[in-house]
Amino acid sequence: MYGFLIALGVLLLVSIIWMVYRIQTLVSVVKGSEKKIATGSNKVNAALFIVFLLAAGALMFWYSIKEFDNYNLPIASEHGVVTDQLFWVTMAITGVVFIITHILLFWFSYRYQYKEESKAAFFPDNNKLEVIWTAVPALVLTVLIVYGWKSWTEITAPAPENAHVVEVMGYQFAWEFRYPGKDNQLGNYDYRLINPSNSRGIDFTDKNALDDFPAQTVVIPKGEPVLFKIRSRDVLHSVFAPHMRLKMDAVPGMPTRFWFVPTKTTAEMRAELGDDEFVYEIACTEVCGGGHFSMRREIEVVEPAEYQKWLAEQKTFIEMDPALIADAPAEIKELAQIQSGE
Amino acid sequence: MAVANISTHGTTEHDHHDDHAHSDNFITKYVFSTDHKMIGKQFLVTGIVWALIGGFLSILFRLQLGFPDMDMTFLKPILGGWIDESGALDTNFYLALVTMHGTIMVFFVLTAGLSGTFSNYLIPLQIGARDMASGFMNMLSYWFFFVAGVIMFISLFISTGPAGGGWVIYPPLSALEQAIPGSGLGMTLWLVAMVFFIASQLLGGINYITTVINLRTKGMSFSRLPLTIWSFFLTAVIGLLSFPVLFSAALLLVFDRSFGTSFYLSDIYIGGEALPNTGGSAVLFQHLFWFLGHPEVYIVLLPALGITSEVIATNSRKPIFGYKAMILSMLGITVLSFVVWAHHMFVSGMNPFLGSIFMFLTLIIAVPSAVKVFNYLTTLWRGNLVFTPAMLFSIGLVSFFISGGLTGIFLGNSAVDIQLHDTYFVVAHFHLVMGSASFFGLMAGVYHWFPKMFGRMMDAKLGYIHFWLTFVGVYMVFFPMHYIGIAGFPRRYYSWTNFNFADMYTDLNMFVSVAAIVTFGAQFIFLFNFFYSMYKGRRAPQNPWRSNTLEWTTPVEPGHGNWPGEIPTVYRWPYDYSKPGAKDDFIPQTVPLSSTPESNLPHEAEQVKLEREIMAEEGADVLVANESKES
Repeated sequence: MYGFLIALGVLLLVSIIWMVYRIQTLVSVVKGSEKKIATGSNKVNAALFIVFLLAAGALMFWYSIKEFDNYNLPIASEHGVVTDQLFWVTMAITGVVFIITHILLFWFSYRYQYKEESKAAFFPDNNKLEVIWTAVPALVLTVLIVYGWKSWTEITAPAPENAHVVEVMGYQFAWEFRYPGKDNQLGNYDYRLINPSNSRGIDFTDKNALDDFPAQTVVIPKGEPVLFKIRSRDVLHSVFAPHMRLKMDAVPGMPTRFWFVPTKTTAEMRAELGDDEFVYEIACTEVCGGGHFSMRREIEVVEPAEYQKWLAEQKTFIEMDPALIADAPAEIKELAQIQSGE
Repeated sequence: MAVANISTHGTTEHDHHDDHAHSDNFITKYVFSTDHKMIGKQFLVTGIVWALIGGFLSILFRLQLGFPDMDMTFLKPILGGWIDESGALDTNFYLALVTMHGTIMVFFVLTAGLSGTFSNYLIPLQIGARDMASGFMNMLSYWFFFVAGVIMFISLFISTGPAGGGWVIYPPLSALEQAIPGSGLGMTLWLVAMVFFIASQLLGGINYITTVINLRTKGMSFSRLPLTIWSFFLTAVIGLLSFPVLFSAALLLVFDRSFGTSFYLSDIYIGGEALPNTGGSAVLFQHLFWFLGHPEVYIVLLPALGITSEVIATNSRKPIFGYKAMILSMLGITVLSFVVWAHHMFVSGMNPFLGSIFMFLTLIIAVPSAVKVFNYLTTLWRGNLVFTPAMLFSIGLVSFFISGGLTGIFLGNSAVDIQLHDTYFVVAHFHLVMGSASFFGLMAGVYHWFPKMFGRMMDAKLGYIHFWLTFVGVYMVFFPMHYIGIAGFPRRYYSWTNFNFADMYTDLNMFVSVAAIVTFGAQFIFLFNFFYSMYKGRRAPQNPWRSNTLEWTTPVEPGHGNWPGEIPTVYRWPYDYSKPGAKDDFIPQTVPLSSTPESNLPHEAEQVKLEREIMAEEGADVLVANESKES
């Protein structure tokens, strides 16, 4: 029944539109408006450009100001401050250009609308103007390039020696983390060693792997450099920690890295935002299949002392599952025993 | 000259036959036509059909994003098994929708539908040629495209679904059936379709380039070409150089998928087994893909900019400002478009030093783009603007080009791109600057050249309504995405509620979806106007927009060979609008300088003598042409 009514309504609407259209066409034929170069519609269109400029401009300013705290994510890393600053500098420059060019575009459209008595100016070129508006954007862009290039070089420079290493491995559809343990050296891995009890393919015949331990959440200390060693075991993924302003693809067969210095603990951020539920998150930003939108993990930033305490509490892979080194050479087993004995 | 005369008679006879419809049968006239005008129209109508399909797919996934809890059972008749028992959209199929929307819009609508339509239709008409250099190759170009379309269309209906790894089809996702169902048969069909499509582009491109270089009429030097032709010419050059790279990328992917090679695959454990492939590089594919992918942006955009230049100059009744600067900036864009591809890959894991280089090159390309914008604005300044629908769409294009171009400055800066990469900020950026701007160029072209194509006028008022709904609609759809993007919402997400940081803006997403539906609906006004006017529109005069270019010197409905008599000779550039001293506010390219002494500029007055000499030499020929016109 509803379907029938909707169909009837649509039919009615279409036929009304059709009538209006026909009447409008006939009227314009009677008026002979097709002979004219510009009809009254020309004025309407010109005026609508101004209306659009004002209305859309007002909407933009209103929403941008009202929503500022919503879309402007808090920053929790050192380089994030730099990139955000660059973002806002770019916003200021492009914003000015955006507003001026749009005012000119719509104002010219209104101001110079067709008038029968007036004639357009014959103004085919002007080299001085061309040079100016080639040079000025080039200069402004140079400033942005230099600024961006400096920040980029610093952000992507090799990590400091003392950086805390965390391995981030993407797979369909989650992340797994591994810490290097006391030696701060991750053990080797090989994808052919992956099996249900060794999901990361860690090579436990490598002595660096003996003190490696897994974690469900990335726990990192505030104010100290952290190095993410990123890899994938199936398709492309991309580690995205929005509050850290961190993003780097995880590529099977090609380890990548990203280092940063967190500046606020989770607790501090909670206090700052007045949100007790707040957590730092990791998402995936490279399409990786049906579960792409659900690759969520958390980052917990803590005070350095607390971090040391947490480290000491963690159990290594081998402590959790001694069978992992069942086939390893005797000296490795011995080493593992010594380490866990400490 | 004899040759021209023969073709003249041939054409006249032909027109006569057309009236009784028995020289050309349906098949050779409408299906396997070698006439550039019919092929252009074929591209246009096919492009419109694809635009509807592509737009419809976007409405489907916008429903999911705007109304995540919606019961989609009512879509079961079309989507069948992709809607589950509880009325939710399948997550894999969501990705397939996104992928096909991108593929269809970028390749089938904005490449074939825009450049295919107008390059074919306008190049011979605007340079004064009887047809393309090779009509047969031109026909093949359309039919390869058609076959590509058929294969892509079939892939929408197979049980594992169409390709779903994003339109960029990055391996390993696109290489491994285990990773996503769309990478099975759907991906195979995608690759096969694209091979046909690339062949079509190359056949077309070679033709466009050859025609522009060789078949220009007497007097049509490169410095007198309309900017449309310059843009089509450069677009074809870009396509010819970059599409083969996509072909090779696709070919290697086919090898990886089907023949066990490891060009892109390495160290993969999936579906409970370790694959034997080692030593490949997934990043290699990205380099190859974007070596086409980035120039592709300009393949899509340049024709739109060319059309806009022409439409804005005509309807401002002013010469385009800085004709030479416009050409130089297009040349600059053409060259630079090949050396900026890796700005799509700042965080792909490639060497950061490479990122610095590409950031530098990318931001340089903003300079010629800025020059173009300033030149458009100056063309409007002190004009006498007639707002035809085509003019409105051109102004809309300039607005989108500014809005979307400026956000490119954020994304081209690698340090800023870390946060914005693959978020909705990128979606907003390229939909404005490449999607909507090019789409508006396409619309401007259709409204402007419809009278030439079909001999009838489109209804202007419906055009205005179509423009305003679409213009406001596009901004309502894509402007809010900037906020969502700055907030960090990743692309290609089925829903964002899993994440605390993105568990907001449901209202804004709903707004965007509603705006998208309204904008899509507004396109039916255009469709009605287009098809209705084709048969019932007001008869078009010969030169409805009082334009200077050559196509308006042909009969209202040009037959084979375009001009019934001699091809007109060109004596001036195409932008002599509102020339001081001239009687009318336009002087067509076919009017000799010697017949307009009142409006000639000093340097043109000098050329008159030269022109007279040439005309004297060819006096006899001109006589012959005149005679044949009378006969």
